[in-house]
Amino acid sequence: MTMTEQPDVIEVLAEAKPSPGEKYYPPFEVTPELTEKAKEYIAMYPEGKELSAVLPLIHLVQEKHGFICPQSVLWIAETCRSTPIHVQGIVSFYPGIRTRCPGKWHIRVCHTIACALSGGEELLTYICEKIGVDPKTMTDAEPMAVSEDGLWSIEAVECLANCGFGPNIMINDTLYSQMDRAKVDALVAEYSKKA
Amino acid sequence: MKAMSEITYKPGREPHSRETRRIFRNIDRVGYNPSIECFIEDGGYETLKKAVAMEPAAIIDEVKKSGLRGRGGAGFPTGVKWTFIPKGNTKPVYLVCNCDESEPGTFKDRFIVHQDPHQLIEGMIIACYAVQAHYAIIYMREEFPEAAEIVRKALAEAEERNFLGKNILGSGYDLKIILHRGAGAYICGEETGLINSIEGVRPYPRIKPPFFPAAIGLYGCPTIVNNVESLCQVRQVLMRGGEAYAADGSTRSPGTRIIGVSGDVQRPGYYEIISGSITYGELLYDLCGGPKPGRTFKAIIPGGASAKVMRCDEVLKGRNPDGSVRKMTIFDVPMDLDSIAQHGSMSGSGGVIVMDDSRSMPEMLRNLNRFFAWESCGQCTPCREGNPWMLKLSTRICEGKAAPEDVDLLKSVADNICGRTVCAFGEACSWPVQAFTTKFREEFLALTKPINALKPHNPETAEARKYLTRED
Ligand SMILES: Cc1cc2nc3c(=O)[nH]c(=O)nc-3n(C[C@H](O)[C@H](O)[C@H](O)COP(=O)(O)O)c2cc1C
Ligand code: SF4
Ligand code: FES
Repeated sequence: MTMTEQPDVIEVLAEAKPSPGEKYYPPFEVTPELTEKAKEYIAMYPEGKELSAVLPLIHLVQEKHGFICPQSVLWIAETCRSTPIHVQGIVSFYPGIRTRCPGKWHIRVCHTIACALSGGEELLTYICEKIGVDPKTMTDAEPMAVSEDGLWSIEAVECLANCGFGPNIMINDTLYSQMDRAKVDALVAEYSKKA
Repeated sequence: MKAMSEITYKPGREPHSRETRRIFRNIDRVGYNPSIECFIEDGGYETLKKAVAMEPAAIIDEVKKSGLRGRGGAGFPTGVKWTFIPKGNTKPVYLVCNCDESEPGTFKDRFIVHQDPHQLIEGMIIACYAVQAHYAIIYMREEFPEAAEIVRKALAEAEERNFLGKNILGSGYDLKIILHRGAGAYICGEETGLINSIEGVRPYPRIKPPFFPAAIGLYGCPTIVNNVESLCQVRQVLMRGGEAYAADGSTRSPGTRIIGVSGDVQRPGYYEIISGSITYGELLYDLCGGPKPGRTFKAIIPGGASAKVMRCDEVLKGRNPDGSVRKMTIFDVPMDLDSIAQHGSMSGSGGVIVMDDSRSMPEMLRNLNRFFAWESCGQCTPCREGNPWMLKLSTRICEGKAAPEDVDLLKSVADNICGRTVCAFGEACSWPVQAFTTKFREEFLALTKPINALKPHNPETAEARKYLTRED
């Protein structure tokens, strides 16, 4: 392949990973508020260290839009004076950064040793059943499974640092500890109503 | 400041009579919230006032005198670390608070940043003043989104009252603290990985020696990385005075320690004890209420997932005060930083994971292997390739599809990772494998019996068998 034939980085990134969750998050767009907030983040770091703002900017986009889409990679790269490929390198490194839209309610279930000792793995299977996703679709390459209605997504994560009070799960930003099936039932019912 | 006896705690979170709550004084306390008002009412920021009236060098001396050692895992003397900033340095000095807390089994920093953030901020300001840093960062793991908001608010409150910002309390000293959030990677807890994460590049740990962060760290400048609990302990040192601090507990690791107990005990949770004042046996039987009904303790991981597992029936050699040798078990080992290290494991970050006789050790190891295979940053070949390999081997053993030689192979992979990598993750991932396969060898071998191989692997029964007694 000659230089000119090389695919544009963005074309490679744009390989769509559709998700039913998308209807719950606004699509990415550059708004004046976003630009303003970005400036604020960059100003937190010493002068000339815009690159340090890459993670804060990623969080900014992910919180609002659910995931990091190729267009946002371009914007982040430009804003912290980097290149799209560098930003993509960051995005692909961290397990906490998503390249596919989660459901409206994103559940993280800890399955590391202490939670496993208190039943975390069984709970994971149970929650999958409860929200109607197939645990087999959760792979190393695509750890998150999204329910068909886009309301729920689930992911097994490593230690949430609350090991003494396991099994621990998080729904969006909130931690729930000492979970059991009954508590899961109640939470799923509660969150379904919120929707 | 209220006397300890006047404080009430939430039900189930009351301190045991053998605990000494200093850092966790206000954790799960009834009527306490993370606001600056609560903290000040409890004597907060008084120590800072004392500190900014001192010479920075005098604070470092005080911390050195106290014998305070880091609580992030390695136990390095904090005061000594601070003096590693090169003499005659003209570059800015940075201080980073390591709040990445992701070592499985460790859960202490979480409570501080969620419930008592000003304690950390005060400790941090004192530490920054001592090393003359004017810019500091709290590196917080992404899984603490609520704490991020709490800490941001606390920083603003502190600035409002001039504990932060320009000319702090009229001392002429300026300091800015910001919060930087990670994104779910364990390796960002390693201090040089953490620095790279802040710089906005992939968080690959850097090779050290020769250059430790205290000499060349963030943006190429001297950088001190300290754990959350360590920084809170700095405040305690200044509050009590270095000598008084050193007088408490074990001589080589004084002060209190926060121990997190998880797994098969009646009362798992956090316990703050004077270092070395109790043994593992007292912790597990008295404070934690012993094993679950009808069970006995089988194995203990004494210091976070990467510490070597200890068998409860293992005979250890202890020394009597007169120098003679006596036989003991892990239950007789005092809980300080060094005692357990003499028996081949480590006390690390204070996360104690307990397993009783219902557990299958190969399954436990498989869980840890999965953790380390997932979290390797991929920079060095032995770690990147070795971890998935070890996971495959332990999975094969658990599924009853392995040959006896696979147990030795598993250990040999670990032996070949250990000591051959850029960062200490190489040791962290291989120590559990070495310890589990050696100390519970018969359990691994039992799973490799031909009878297991003949049984077709049935995922249903495997699921049910998980974490239960092996049926050999
Ligand atoms: C793989 C790895 C993970 C680590 N994770 C953490 C962590 O989550 N939190 C922490 O405070 N220290 C962690 N450390 C230790 C840090 O590298 C560093 O030693 C510590 O933050 C220093 O602080 P201290 O001197 O106050 O203990 C980790 C080390 C390694 C090798
Ligand atoms: S030992 Fe593992 S985690 Fe550490 S730098 Fe090497 S590959 Fe990364
Ligand atoms: S193992 Fe689940 S929170 Fe630590």
